[in-house]
Parts: sequence; structure tokens; C-alpha cells
Amino acid sequence: MGNLSRKIALVGAGMSKFGQHFPTKRNPDLWIDAWINAVENVDNGIEPKDVDACYVGNFTADLFNHQGHLGPNMANLVGLTPKPAPRFEGACASSGIALREALLAIASGVHDVIAVCGVETMSEVPTTMVTDALSAAADTTYEYPAGATFPGLYAAIASAHFHEYGTTPEDLMRVGIKNHENGKENPYAQMQQTIKEIMESKKARLISQGQEAPEWKDEIDFLSSSANPYIASPLRLFDCSLITDGAACLFLAAEDVAKKFTDTPIWITGTGQGSAALSLHDRNSLTSFIATREASRQAYQMSGLSPNDIQIAEVHDCFTIAEILAMEDLGFYEKGKAAEAVKNGESKRDGALPINTSGGLKSKGHPVGATGAAQAVEIFKQMRGKAERNRQVKINVERALTHNLGGSGGTCVVTIYQK
Amino acid sequence: MSENNKEITVYNYLDYLNKKILMGSKCKKCGELFAPPRRLCSACSSTDVEWVKMSGKGTLAAYSCIGVGSKFFVDKGYSMKRPYCFSVVKLDEGPMISGQLVGVDATKPESIKIGTPLKVNFLETEVTGDEPRIDLGFEPA
Ligand SMILES: [Zn+2]
Repeated sequence: MGNLSRKIALVGAGMSKFGQHFPTKRNPDLWIDAWINAVENVDNGIEPKDVDACYVGNFTADLFNHQGHLGPNMANLVGLTPKPAPRFEGACASSGIALREALLAIASGVHDVIAVCGVETMSEVPTTMVTDALSAAADTTYEYPAGATFPGLYAAIASAHFHEYGTTPEDLMRVGIKNHENGKENPYAQMQQTIKEIMESKKARLISQGQEAPEWKDEIDFLSSSANPYIASPLRLFDCSLITDGAACLFLAAEDVAKKFTDTPIWITGTGQGSAALSLHDRNSLTSFIATREASRQAYQMSGLSPNDIQIAEVHDCFTIAEILAMEDLGFYEKGKAAEAVKNGESKRDGALPINTSGGLKSKGHPVGATGAAQAVEIFKQMRGKAERNRQVKINVERALTHNLGGSGGTCVVTIYQK
Repeated sequence: MSENNKEITVYNYLDYLNKKILMGSKCKKCGELFAPPRRLCSACSSTDVEWVKMSGKGTLAAYSCIGVGSKFFVDKGYSMKRPYCFSVVKLDEGPMISGQLVGVDATKPESIKIGTPLKVNFLETEVTGDEPRIDLGFEPA
């Protein structure tokens, strides 16, 4: 594996508000929101004439919105016609792949500046159809007839992790509680509420309906109750990320032109991508993602960093168990040790290794094809000390990482950022 | 097996399944076993691969009792109140395979234990206006 033959900077990043926007906003509207937001975040400004290509990440507008061929469509909306506008698909890793391919294209010397688009509108179709479209990212031939769903596959992984390492449902709940505490501080997040606030408002609603007040001692008690039903055991409703519409936009520039846009570029020094069999049954391990281990191995090697050097990370918590797996597979913790670290508060904003300061997919939302690019937006803000409200970490972040998964671990993209 | 010269394809695997036979394949060069079967050995790249009949016996490796099911399972009548169990099964011969786990109480997921010995159960699914199709299932042995 070689290195990037040119230095590449992230010079601007922005996103739309994440949430359920259909029908008032659809892919074109959300993408324009993200583009405008990213342009505002480029210190010296950027115009379409500065951009050589538009790289679009989207999982399946085909199934969600009956719209294929998103590349030229998105490029045209922001004035980039007739520049190259490819679309990349790797399930929930689609815009992570678009980001990586943009890096490789700039490194090749063909392009100097690329706009990366991540976009997805999921709420146009009913939940059963969302479930079905998402399960198309799993194996349709063997897993689907066995009853696999997207939550069901992660739930099966959780069952194996519980069995092998003694991880508990409460361990998973702590991941969700922490991510909601962060999402509350993110004005772009879909759910800007802590689990405690959700619990209190639920309690108030039950009382106002004349029902008996539930005796929830704390968040864990609430999350263990029937108010938090199983979607796919052992995963309950609050272990799952949301159905979300949203878009994100990144501007990448080669070193020689980056200074035109900003005096404080964020350098992308490592990129890696890995793959695995789609079916869980075709893998050697049910409790570790080989795609994550491979993608991170490449990214660490390219950047010359090790897991210990990373100061903050955005990881792909499509389900709470996925954050535990990521913490282990990225090398932050030994296998079976991540749950304890979460319990000790190490992944909180003021912990030793803050994870998902944005709120993660759990609270910020998960418009699947937009997620990879949106993770980079949070890193861009945190490294420049510009995270909104009360979620800016107190340390000066010099080295950060994003981890973007596709499906149930069939694809993984890892990206490393340095000042 | 008389039809042993059939090409190893997804279609022919499903055709066996519809006759209630669980087939895998074995690489004659390196001995790697595959279930579901593969025509190209992904371990050594050999194409000298033959069908082998699997015993259908195994143990439970991972599972989930699913309340919000795929459309296929919702159509079969499963729901939050009536979950079904998706399982990954480690076959006695070595490979893992996915199937619906029946004969367990999917409303009590904690009653289902990883490591439980299982045997194959070929599940008949009614498809409107067609022959019933067979999906791979398992049940406690
Ligand atoms: Zn072989």
C-alpha cells in the first residue's frame, strides 16, 4: 500500500439539519442546505469555479425515492455542471467512500478541489419499506429468507458479544445515554434531548393521560422497561439509530491550493477501506469486524499514527453494540474491554477519548448515505474549536479519526485528520 | 448422489433446498467446506469443487428475536407481539449458515441459549398461486 502522493486538506465542511423532513424537504433541498452551510465554513470563501468535481455518496435513493443517477443531479443544483459527478454506493458507508475516492483522485493529480456530497432521504416511504430497503444492504439470497433485518443482524452480533465477553444490555444503554447527552448540544441533531429528558417527558405524558406514574429510578431503569420495547432482542428501541433525512458537504483541496481557502486547514493524513462477506455466517468472527480492522490498519499506517495517538473519534454507532465493536476493532481498547471504558466515562466529552461528540448516529441521526460525510463535519468543527453550544472538547485536538461502516460490517472506511 | 454433476449455483442450491436437502460444497484441492456451497474455492481459488450433503446438525452461534421484521416475515404474520427468531448456526461440519430458529419461545429471548444443539427444519412457506417454497430453518435437537 502506498501513500497519498499530495497533501490534502479539508478546507470546509457543513451539513443540513438532520431530522424527518419529508415532504417539506427532499434530497435536492437538503443538499443545498449542506452546500450553503459548508461554503459559509470556508474561511476565505469558495465558489463553483474553484471546484473540479462533485463526488456523491448515497445508499439508495433508488429504493427510498425512486431516483437513481444522483451524481449529475446534485452537481447541477450547486452550479457544478458539466464537471464530473460520480456517485458511490457502499450502504451506510457511501459518503465515507465518496470522501476516500475524492482523496485518491486529488492525490492522483487529476483534480485539485473536490466537493463531497452525502445525502439521503429515508422518511418518504413507510417504516416496513425502510426496513426492507436497509436489509438490501445485507445478503438477500441467504440472510433475508432467514429473517435478517438490519437491527436483527446487529442484535445477533450483540448476542454473540454478550456470550463471549459478558457484555450486558446496560452496557449498551450507557452508550446511548452518552450519545444523547452529546446530541443535546448539537443544533443539527435530530434528537436534541437526553435520555433523562425523554424519560421525564414520557412520565409527564402518562400522568397527564390519567395513567399511573411509572416508577423509573433512573435512565437505565427506564431503558430496561416496556417503555423501551425490543426491536430485535437484545436491542431495544433506544439501541437503534433513527430514520433520518439529511445531507453533508465537504470541500477537499490539494496542499498547493488549500491556502487560498483557509489559513487553518485540517490535513487528512490517512485513509483506509476494508471489506467483508455480506453474510455474518460467512465470517470467521461474529464479534469483530474484519473490515474495520483492515481499514484502520491502512489508515494508521498511512498517517504514521497508532490508536493511542487519536484524541477524539466519530464512530459508526448505527446500533449501540456497533460503538462497542468499533472501540475494540479500531484498537482503542482490547476485545471485551470497551464496555468497561464506557462505564468509566472514558468516551464522554470530558473523558480520556471522547467518542461521538456530535451525538453519533444514535442522537444526531443516520441518513445512511450522508453519515460518513457528516462525521467529518463534526471533526472539522472540533479540531477548529468551533463545535456549537456546550459540546466543544476542552483539549486542543491535533489528531482525530472517523469510522464509517456499511451494512452489517461489509464495508468500512477509516479516515485520520491532523492539524 | 445421482445429480452430482449439476453445476454449483445459487439456483441449484435452492433447488436442493426445495427438495428438503441441505447441500454444501467441498474443495477437492484444499478440503475447505462451504455451506451455502461455492463453485470457486475462496480459500485456494480451485474450481475442483464438489457437492456434499450436510448433516443439518449444528449449534446456535448467534440469534435475535425480531419484533420489527422484514416484509417477508411481516406478511407471514410476525409482529412486535409475535416475534420470530433469526439465527446463525454453526454446522457440525464447520461452516456457519443463517436460518429461522423455530421450536423456541421468541417472546422470551433470554430462554434461548447460544451453544444449544440444533437440527435442520425445512420450513414450508406458502407463496400465493405457487408451490410452497422451502426456507432453511432449525429447531432444538
Ligand atoms: Zn480450496
